[in-house]
Amino acid sequence: MKHLLSTDGLDRDQALAILDTADRLKQALLGREVRKLPTLRGRTVITMFYENSTRTRVSFEIAGKWMSADVINVSSSGSSVSKGESLRDTALTLQAAGADCVIVRHPASGAAHRLAGWLKHTSTSVVNAGDGMHEHPTQALLDAATLRDRLGSLDGRRVAIVGDVLHSRVARSNVHLLTTLGAEVTLVAPPTLLPVGVEKWPVAVSHEIDAELASQDAVMMLRVQAERMTGGFFPSSREYSIAYGLNERRLKLLPEHAVVLHPGPMLRGMEIASVVADSPQAAITEQVRNGVHVRMAVLYHLLAHEEENA
Amino acid sequence: MKPLLLKGVRPYGEGEPIDLLIRDGVIAEGADDDAEIIEGNGAVLLPGFVDLHTHLREPGREDTETIETGSRAAALGGYTAVFAMANTDPVADNAVIVEHVARRGREVGLVDVHPVGAVTVGLKGEKLAELGTMAKSKANVRVFSDDGHCVHDPLIMRRALEYSKALGAVIAQHAEEPKLTVGAQAHEGENASRLGLQGWPAAAEESIVARDCILAKQVDAKLHVCHVSTTGTADVLKWAKARGTKVSAEVTPHHLILTDDRLSTYDPVNKVNPPLRTQDDVDALRRALADGTIDCVATDHAPHAVQDKDCEWSAARPGMLGLQTALGIVVETMVKTGLLDWRGVARVMSEKPAEIAGLTDQGRPIAVGEPANLVLVDPDATWTVTGAELASIAGNTPFEGMELTGAVTATVLRGRVTALAGRIAE
Repeated sequence: MKHLLSTDGLDRDQALAILDTADRLKQALLGREVRKLPTLRGRTVITMFYENSTRTRVSFEIAGKWMSADVINVSSSGSSVSKGESLRDTALTLQAAGADCVIVRHPASGAAHRLAGWLKHTSTSVVNAGDGMHEHPTQALLDAATLRDRLGSLDGRRVAIVGDVLHSRVARSNVHLLTTLGAEVTLVAPPTLLPVGVEKWPVAVSHEIDAELASQDAVMMLRVQAERMTGGFFPSSREYSIAYGLNERRLKLLPEHAVVLHPGPMLRGMEIASVVADSPQAAITEQVRNGVHVRMAVLYHLLAHEEENA
Repeated sequence: MKPLLLKGVRPYGEGEPIDLLIRDGVIAEGADDDAEIIEGNGAVLLPGFVDLHTHLREPGREDTETIETGSRAAALGGYTAVFAMANTDPVADNAVIVEHVARRGREVGLVDVHPVGAVTVGLKGEKLAELGTMAKSKANVRVFSDDGHCVHDPLIMRRALEYSKALGAVIAQHAEEPKLTVGAQAHEGENASRLGLQGWPAAAEESIVARDCILAKQVDAKLHVCHVSTTGTADVLKWAKARGTKVSAEVTPHHLILTDDRLSTYDPVNKVNPPLRTQDDVDALRRALADGTIDCVATDHAPHAVQDKDCEWSAARPGMLGLQTALGIVVETMVKTGLLDWRGVARVMSEKPAEIAGLTDQGRPIAVGEPANLVLVDPDATWTVTGAELASIAGNTPFEGMELTGAVTATVLRGRVTALAGRIAE
């Protein structure tokens, strides 16, 4: 594997290999006083973030550093990007400067694919850290890792993804990965927040969250982005919260073993009640923790593992 | 100018080869020993193509195309007349710009360049441009369009249609309801959904076409629909024509062959407005062109600089080259499939567009006494498209590497050879 651009097309064996590696790295670091493995010593990893991000950027940075890679962060402000440099030129510049891996977050869907195309004749790997409304593959991998921790295998498990599926790269990556790993996915959203053609996706679709919760092994709440609240996708944030928010009453509809996930950042009181977010069923901080191990695993598979993949 | 003898050519691809003499820019009778000879070898002779929809980019983006390079591309593509869209910089919304474009076209002299005038000032859709002044200018404008933008205000559109009647002009609409296409990137469908590209719904085109057909009928004015891209639009046109609306329509070569399956690479060479749609739409558009619901083929030739295409999808400009590949795509999609014969090709690429624009010297029958605006086509020759080798400055063809059948062997503009064997006749 040279790049990780999407979970669409990632096969079951590849996905499980990354998740198993993440587990091994997690064990290897457990209880260590100095959390540093030598695996990527001498490798240069550059993060290129064209959108604001806390957890993803920090998570990749820590992942690289715990594996002894040299990690350099580039953001769109404070770099030549703010002078109008194109994505292509920025990518070629970073490659020429010696990047072994470029991790990119970009508001344009397909930006990571384009980057991989421009770097086709080089050895530089590209990791998609979120491209527009398209995909966020490492988020889906860390979600899967968290669900495996809590539920064991994902085969036959039922996962509901609730909220703004239309604009969500997290939802798209999860639909591909969870179904690849054998889970049954139900998308729960008002029709305005579901993509056209969703009936052809390998998922069930519902507009009634209450009707779905009792049969789920996990529920993943998507963030409602501020601009959607005024975009006419639903009448008001109050109505959305009443219709689709995960509140205390709805938490009780879930089976006891069921896991509550949220990719963050959360809007407490909007799509998820505080009491739910802080409940034992919520695995939200575990998601963040697993994020580091999963991203270490991804870097390992792209950069340290290439002989086996050749 | 020496007389020209086209030897062994088959008008409309019909019958045995004949010799055709051209004298003083007109098809003449008999023979002439002094004539310059072009050996036809049985090639198909058609009236010169007329493109109702060309972006020549001058003035404003001469780094991508000029009236000269665009004229070369047109001549090589078999065109004898092109309509240069108004979305230049500055916009062709006044007599000064349209006269400039027309004059440059005449100076280059490879194809008749007819400027299209903007419908509204600055293409802003707010205030009618001086249509009458442009019509009465030396550019003699008869086609008005805000192409690239939709004349979305229904009252402005109604007034434009009404006003154009006195000018004998036609309003060519870029049908795109702007509220339904805010941020739109690709055909709203399964592919765009999967790829996270904001959808451009068919309804945004169809609703405007329906509205405009109703308006045009009400005020009894001439409407032309640019680049029809959906099955639903074809249905609306069929309905409007049946009730006597003075509406005509064009389809681009790319909408006759390409689909939104091309999106998955995110290569913006495939980004165009209206977007590439589904195979069902492609099939419906081919049928509508064959049965006359859609009147003609227009290229929407849209050169773009490398930096405006070799970037992320949403940052890229929409549009693709078309002048030199149009014939090959029409052969591929309409002739090889049996939907059109060569007489049909003459209809959709020459006669109908000339008629829609009110040109009296183009799209004429191949007959003695008619102006010699002609194209000679080798129907069996194949060639491979290479963007860098096309005459346009820009190279943004979506047909790169594709083998096309049907090559222009000669283009004749009023008796003068403008292109011969793939080269501009200087």
